[in-house]
Amino acid sequence: MAASSKGIDVAHIAALARLEIPPEAAGKLSREMESIVGYVEMLSELDVSGIEPTAHAVPRSNVIREDAVRDSFPREAMLANAPATVDQELVKVPQVLAEEGMA
Amino acid sequence: MMELKKLTMTEASALLAAKKISSVELCRAYLDRIAAVEPKVSALLSLDTESVLAQAAESDARRAAGKTLGPWDGIPVTIKDNIAVKGQPCTCASKILKGFVSPYDATVISKLKAAGMVLTGRANMDEFAMGSSCENSAYQKTRNPWNTDCVPGGSSGGSAAAVAAGETVIALGSDTGGSIRQPASFCGIVGLKPTYGRVSRYGLVAFASSLDQIGPMSKSVTDSAVMLDLIAGQDERDTTSLPAPIPEGGFAAALKDFQPSLKGMKVGLPKEYFEVEGVTPGVKKVTADAIETLKSLGAEMVDISLPHTRYSMACYYIIAPAEASANLARFDGIRYGYRSPNANDILSTYQDSRGEGFGPEVIRRIMLGTYVLSSGYYDAYYVRAQKVRTLIRRDFTEAFEKCDVIFTPVTPATAFKFGEKSDPMQMYLSDVFTTALNLAGNCGISVPAGLDPDTHMPGGIQLIAPSLAEDRLFKAARAFEMTRSAKELVAPL
Repeated sequence: MAASSKGIDVAHIAALARLEIPPEAAGKLSREMESIVGYVEMLSELDVSGIEPTAHAVPRSNVIREDAVRDSFPREAMLANAPATVDQELVKVPQVLAEEGMA
Repeated sequence: MMELKKLTMTEASALLAAKKISSVELCRAYLDRIAAVEPKVSALLSLDTESVLAQAAESDARRAAGKTLGPWDGIPVTIKDNIAVKGQPCTCASKILKGFVSPYDATVISKLKAAGMVLTGRANMDEFAMGSSCENSAYQKTRNPWNTDCVPGGSSGGSAAAVAAGETVIALGSDTGGSIRQPASFCGIVGLKPTYGRVSRYGLVAFASSLDQIGPMSKSVTDSAVMLDLIAGQDERDTTSLPAPIPEGGFAAALKDFQPSLKGMKVGLPKEYFEVEGVTPGVKKVTADAIETLKSLGAEMVDISLPHTRYSMACYYIIAPAEASANLARFDGIRYGYRSPNANDILSTYQDSRGEGFGPEVIRRIMLGTYVLSSGYYDAYYVRAQKVRTLIRRDFTEAFEKCDVIFTPVTPATAFKFGEKSDPMQMYLSDVFTTALNLAGNCGISVPAGLDPDTHMPGGIQLIAPSLAEDRLFKAARAFEMTRSAKELVAPL
């Protein structure tokens, strides 16, 4: 499908972005996105053939350090912000796989 | 007694060194000022007064023992709520990070602590730094100290308002597309966006990683230079930080005993920036006066062209949301941050936590970013925008062959009123003068120039220099600051 500002599938994009969008908000969001995408389409006026893309404004190279053992963060400090834990030792999450699907 | 609204780092340092005031007295004065004006300004999301006074007492003890950590020991600094300070909240003005407490210090914070500075409140912002008015904060509206019917700008609006209202000596903000320079201009203070890579981003909550940069928001040009000296430098924790040492003695040293002359400096006026529609007569007047001031200082004005200016906003609004959509994927309701009470399996944990935790503008940007990166659109939008980014960078490279710094307005108008820009696109376009240099990686500074005769609100000018040439910005900005017709720009609040 060619790029077009029309008909952005909000439900599809929301699923890709792992965002729950209430149906009553989808219409407005779709209109706003189409307006912004309509604006950014002005870039298609430019001839960019032969132009290298810029991902970063500064030259980048690998930065390597010695593979040495260092102190890390204590577990309790990292778990302090978790929404739920098991005995302050593990991150507690809802069941990942559905019951009947479990081996 | 000192005037808190005007007190600079340099002046505070002299008072402390001469033992005319202690750090506890200084910090107490600011806490009193905060208590008096915060009900009107609402610049801070959180403030731990006990911690402030404890830090100040430690500073005084060091000084008494002859073990001061340097000239800035004991001076308060306010931090934007997206920069991590160990043990303090860091919400990015988002519900998704409500209650989050940073487990470590950002590199810039470690550096400020090493200098003995007192970390005060957490400044309000647009949620995840996405916005130009602070209206996107999930918690509160920050008001402009010049006129509380007006926004302070954004996204670093809390930092700007806190400095302008005299709630602090100096603040740190972050700038992805103008988020330091625009609120600085709206609130009549100085704001610096350093060269990309000049300052470590470790501990700055990422919005668009190839554009974000931490920088100072201050009452004087010299203070911005002082702060850059403190926070700049390569950091092993940020692979994009540059191995570029600051000049011998520091940026601020060059501004001591400074003679305001710009003889030999070529200031470029990009014609495309002066052709932008919708620039108000008041901003045009402030800008024209500033050009005369620069000429009177001996600067040579040169006409230049940045031909792809008109595409910079479009380029920015593809690249920044694309990077944001990837960066904000980490907020998943699992390890930290908000988890929806409706979360009952893996997908609903992600979708409901994110859908309920993020505000409308953040959702808009994640959606846009996801869209331009999605299959079938990636080349047409994202890769094309990256190529246009190359053209925008090239514009600056070519322009800097003809001039030393570039002069532009900061914003098309002075601070607008709450609710005035309800359409997202209209809001985005208020950053038309500030985004291009983030795309190019250059540095830029916003300097107060005077009051708009129509709105009676502060207007600023922007100076742009090539990568790592902050010294030119400071020189031109300092000379301008000393010579501008509006000598003192102090908010009436």
